[in-house]
Amino acid sequence: MADRRGSPLSRGSQGDDHWLVRPRTIRRLWIAFALVLAFTVLAQAGVAIKAYFGIDGWPGFAAAFGFLCCLLLVLVAQLLGRLLKRPDDYYDA
Amino acid sequence: MPDLLPPGLWLAGGALLIGVLRGPARAALVLALPLVTLWAVWQVPDGIVASREFLGFVIEPVEGSPVRRLFAVIFSLMAFAGGLFAFRQAGGRELAAASLYAGSAVGVCFSGDLVSLFVWWELMAIGSMLVVWCGDRQATRAAGLRYAIMHLTGGALLMAGIAAHATATGSIDVAALTATTPANWMILAGLLVNVAAPPVSAWLADAYPESSATGAVFLSAYTTKAAVLALILLFPGEPVLMAIGTWMIFYGILYALLENDARRILAYSIVNQVGFMVCAIGIGTQVALNGAAAHAFAHIIYKALLFMSAGVVVYRTGLHRCTELGGLFRTMPLTAVCGIVGALSISGFPLTSGFTTKTLISEAAKGDGLMLLYFLLAAASAGVFLHAGIKFPWFVFFQKDSGLRPRDAPWNMAAAMLLFSFLCLLIGVYPQPLYALLPYPVDFDAYTAGNVLFYLQLLLFSGLAFFLLLPLMKRTQTLTLDFDWLWRVALYRLGAGALATMDLAAERVVQMSRFAGARLASGLRRHFGEDGGFARSWPIGTTALWLAVLLSFYVLIHYL
Repeated sequence: MADRRGSPLSRGSQGDDHWLVRPRTIRRLWIAFALVLAFTVLAQAGVAIKAYFGIDGWPGFAAAFGFLCCLLLVLVAQLLGRLLKRPDDYYDA
Repeated sequence: MPDLLPPGLWLAGGALLIGVLRGPARAALVLALPLVTLWAVWQVPDGIVASREFLGFVIEPVEGSPVRRLFAVIFSLMAFAGGLFAFRQAGGRELAAASLYAGSAVGVCFSGDLVSLFVWWELMAIGSMLVVWCGDRQATRAAGLRYAIMHLTGGALLMAGIAAHATATGSIDVAALTATTPANWMILAGLLVNVAAPPVSAWLADAYPESSATGAVFLSAYTTKAAVLALILLFPGEPVLMAIGTWMIFYGILYALLENDARRILAYSIVNQVGFMVCAIGIGTQVALNGAAAHAFAHIIYKALLFMSAGVVVYRTGLHRCTELGGLFRTMPLTAVCGIVGALSISGFPLTSGFTTKTLISEAAKGDGLMLLYFLLAAASAGVFLHAGIKFPWFVFFQKDSGLRPRDAPWNMAAAMLLFSFLCLLIGVYPQPLYALLPYPVDFDAYTAGNVLFYLQLLLFSGLAFFLLLPLMKRTQTLTLDFDWLWRVALYRLGAGALATMDLAAERVVQMSRFAGARLASGLRRHFGEDGGFARSWPIGTTALWLAVLLSFYVLIHYL
């Protein structure tokens, strides 16, 4: 979340004074987010997720699966980017 | 029963009037024609309504069925919302082209035979081409041309397939085919060009972002979804579609993750979402086809909403790169909120339309015991949240403060966004009316506690991954090469190289012939020229000597 401070382009008057981008708000948002995340996993104690293939009923399976898949996708995208990224005027030249 | 005119004629024919009229009359027409079309769509009963004998074939321009009606309804609704979004900002040419485009998509829906389908299909290609060309970006012309070439090639494939199929079977009826003959392969390939299947997926992300702020909204809706309907009608349960769909799903995610242009991110995610539908058509069970149809319906709404939100940003700022945007939520709260509703819907977040429709497809994979596909779909759902659900709103409306303080959407654009946001949420909380329109009875409830919890875990932890991996998501001013590199660069270079080689060869031939000519000329001159041996006058002594030599030779031969 390093980019919150605003870029050199910044020329707005109220700019970063907006309550949504204050560091305190962001900290609170993170805490709230963490609580929600924890809740969704813990809720599995009370609510059974129906397993269709066995493994998908494990506690926290969807959470771990979602997180790891995203990690994998981002890493694969990075590798693909190394190989295939070009400056965006590539075809104009 | 008296013949009904194809409902698509209203919009397609009205395009001519829209192009001619100006001011309030044009506005009224742009808003009224889709509603008239919607009414006309409802008048079409199930079964073949109109048919004619033509060149020994039965032409059936109007045939109704639940799935055809479903697509025609959403196409008409889309024409209305798109018209509302665009009628004050877009030019007459673009509005006319969009009307032709929408009308021909509705025409495709009700085509009972392959020839009518082909005619509407080509009209749709022309309409969409014109919409692309109404864009105002520098690359618009070239991108439109590439789009045209791609779709005319696809159309030619389709036509060749239809002709071969008609010759072989004597029938041009639109009915389920199997990809077992070359004719059917060509038909399938022609359809796959329009769903942006590999290896030609690139046309979509190439052309759509080059259209105008309003044009992309129309483009996002029709071409690919009309092709999805054609696949449902012609190739349900074709196994190869599962593989193609899965490829499209992950292609869309990976390319969107690497993309910097805000609307190109959305374009890649069209390929991704259409991949879900193609996959479902490949599964081919009743639940799966229901899922494909329902997802297409919901997808048109939230994808248009996303393109509207991005379109307002482009309209207000003239910028389209994530690296130049950011922090727009301050002055464009409505556009941001509507964009977020669209983003949550595309991600299939509970309470939005993606949740009640995309889960039908997962349900179909479960029901068919397709474990690998099911987990791939789940991974893709996580990936959608990553590349479109968070990435799009984050980089456009939050991220950093770009210092831009544009005004929020004009009233008509805002109204169109609010209408589609409302529909996204309505289908999310109350999907029963949509389920009732589906081709097969639905026995499915997305809102079981376990199902909701599963998707909440999946999506929220994907969100966590996004924010933890933010440094890796940083946008760069780059594009990503695709298969189209083969014809945009490699083929061009090959052609240019061949031309250069031919030039060189021609030059060599000229040089060599010049050289040979020069030598011939100098040889002739040497022997027959002024001083050449054959041209000089010879002295009598020399002649006498030569005669003596010849005579002695003769004498010699005589005695031998």
